[in-house]
Amino acid sequence: MADVSLRDIYKSFGKNEVIHGISCDIQDGEFIVILGPSGCGKSTVLRMIAGLEVITNGEIAINGNVVNQLEPADRDIAMVFQNYALYPHMTVFKNMAYGLKIRRMAKAEIEKRVQRAAEILELTEFLDRKPRQLSGGQRQRVAMGRCIVREPKVFLFDEPLSNLDAKLRVQMRLELRNLHEALGITSVYVTHDQVEAMTLGDRLIVMDDGYAAQIGSPLEVYERPATRFVAGFIGSPAMNFLDARLRSDGKSIEIPGGINLPVDSGGLPDYGGKQVTLGIRPEHFELTEQKEDAMHLRVNHVELLGADTLVHGHFGDEKTLLTARLPDIYHFKKGATLSLTVSPEKLHLFDMESESRIQN
Amino acid sequence: MVEHRPWLTFLTHAILLLGCLIIAFPIYTTFVASTHSLDAITSSFPFLPGRHLIENYHQALTAGSGEVGATVGTMMMNSLIMALGIAFGKISISLLSAFAIVYFKFRFRMFFFWMIFITLMLPVEVRILPTHKVVADLNMLDSYSGLIFPLIASATATFLFRQFFMTVPDELCEAVRIDGGGPIRFFFDILVPMSRTSIAALFVILFIYGWNQYLWPLLITTDESYYTLLIGIKRMLDVGEGQADWQIIMASTMLAMIPPVLVVIFMQKQFVRGMTETEK
Repeated sequence: MADVSLRDIYKSFGKNEVIHGISCDIQDGEFIVILGPSGCGKSTVLRMIAGLEVITNGEIAINGNVVNQLEPADRDIAMVFQNYALYPHMTVFKNMAYGLKIRRMAKAEIEKRVQRAAEILELTEFLDRKPRQLSGGQRQRVAMGRCIVREPKVFLFDEPLSNLDAKLRVQMRLELRNLHEALGITSVYVTHDQVEAMTLGDRLIVMDDGYAAQIGSPLEVYERPATRFVAGFIGSPAMNFLDARLRSDGKSIEIPGGINLPVDSGGLPDYGGKQVTLGIRPEHFELTEQKEDAMHLRVNHVELLGADTLVHGHFGDEKTLLTARLPDIYHFKKGATLSLTVSPEKLHLFDMESESRIQN
Repeated sequence: MVEHRPWLTFLTHAILLLGCLIIAFPIYTTFVASTHSLDAITSSFPFLPGRHLIENYHQALTAGSGEVGATVGTMMMNSLIMALGIAFGKISISLLSAFAIVYFKFRFRMFFFWMIFITLMLPVEVRILPTHKVVADLNMLDSYSGLIFPLIASATATFLFRQFFMTVPDELCEAVRIDGGGPIRFFFDILVPMSRTSIAALFVILFIYGWNQYLWPLLITTDESYYTLLIGIKRMLDVGEGQADWQIIMASTMLAMIPPVLVVIFMQKQFVRGMTETEK
């Protein structure tokens, strides 16, 4: 049981700075997901918490104690690696017991802990097998078991599900969540999969090129993305972006084609007359009969997903590509024109220069 | 390669059999010669084994051939100590040096690696004089350590283990660190057991290498009690004008073949596995 705090941490490899100051207070028992595209530094942050990478600047504290100078073993953390990193020549039992053996725990206690972890993870019948005789999902569980027996203060997961097939991934995701609820151990989980992030995390740290672009609950991140990057990264299909201009009174947005969309609540007088980026999620488009002030989409391609229909098409004179996700099934012909509306509270506005969200 | 033609099958088998015969024939004649009395071999060479087998081998093992001064039993023991010493020594040294080169970042790491690598190009024969001088200065002439130590360093084995260690995922090392183990634990608990098959394969090669050493033991041993079997056999032949004890020499030769053959027979499974697969 522990809280973890990252205080303005930096990481450089040689002259190359890869983490540019991240701060976050992780509460006791919280499940934090670090989400970001490949190469954004998310694994590096995790490895700094683990103690596998030296912290160039800043502090990491576990339960209030600064751990910068501590070896991984002394930080009381446990980590699940992407490729599981099971010891190939040891049986499942020995794999799980190894960390305890090094800590010179009594044999009986080791036996007890491993048996209990094996029960939780349904591995009891595999304890005598070697890792190579196990399936991917089972290896994954052994890697988890190795962490559980240690009863650490913090669990660290480095993309643990990325080597599993789609079905198993869904199943393991649920098991992970259940496990977390049962054990209540503070967890930090790194992934590039937004579905994992949305379903597992109590809070997300969305990382963009070494910066924490946004820290917040999954819904916050989805509903109020802090930057254009976060808006585009979270959600599938990705958010549509249009160049737009606020009218001088700040109460409506003019988009190409001379269409005006009203701004939610009191408007944005400060931004009156300015160019902005408008973001609209594909799932927030609605079909409308009304032609006035609706967006007209010329259908290019239709994907039927069963529950939903994805419509890809061009919009306006500049042929901006837009995607709309409509509930239910529609058979649109190529070249047909659809009229779409979006309710004002679903519009996202971003500053052209800073790319950060314009709050309203 | 899956053609099924009877004559092709016949041809391949015939070639293999011929190969076996060519290799087996000298060994067979050696064996035959070791079972006859000296007179029988020197008059007309027999092609069937004779009745002096036990007598000849017993004499070789316990008394040896006249002028050498050491029994084959003693020399076999010397050869065995030397071969095992070289095999184990080489394996431990190269495991350790490969471990250092792959897992530790120290100054001039690559320099040391290339230094080791370059020595691959220097066989024992090239450095034999300076090595002899060093061993003599260290008072290691006529001793087991003198026989073993100069041959222990092995660039080949170091290189082989280095290549193997580089294929071991870094996460294993990190997992041990998180589990609370240091480098020594990682080495003995993870790396060495994982290299088991490579170690076995190397052991076979190195044991035979050590067993077959001739020039080095010849150079540094003058005391008969440190003679290795190969030198012994050579000495048995140096009889000048006299008659060599061919039956004893042949018996010794047969005995000299036994340990390497046993090593190959008992370790062939691990040997093949070590050469073909890595455990991951």
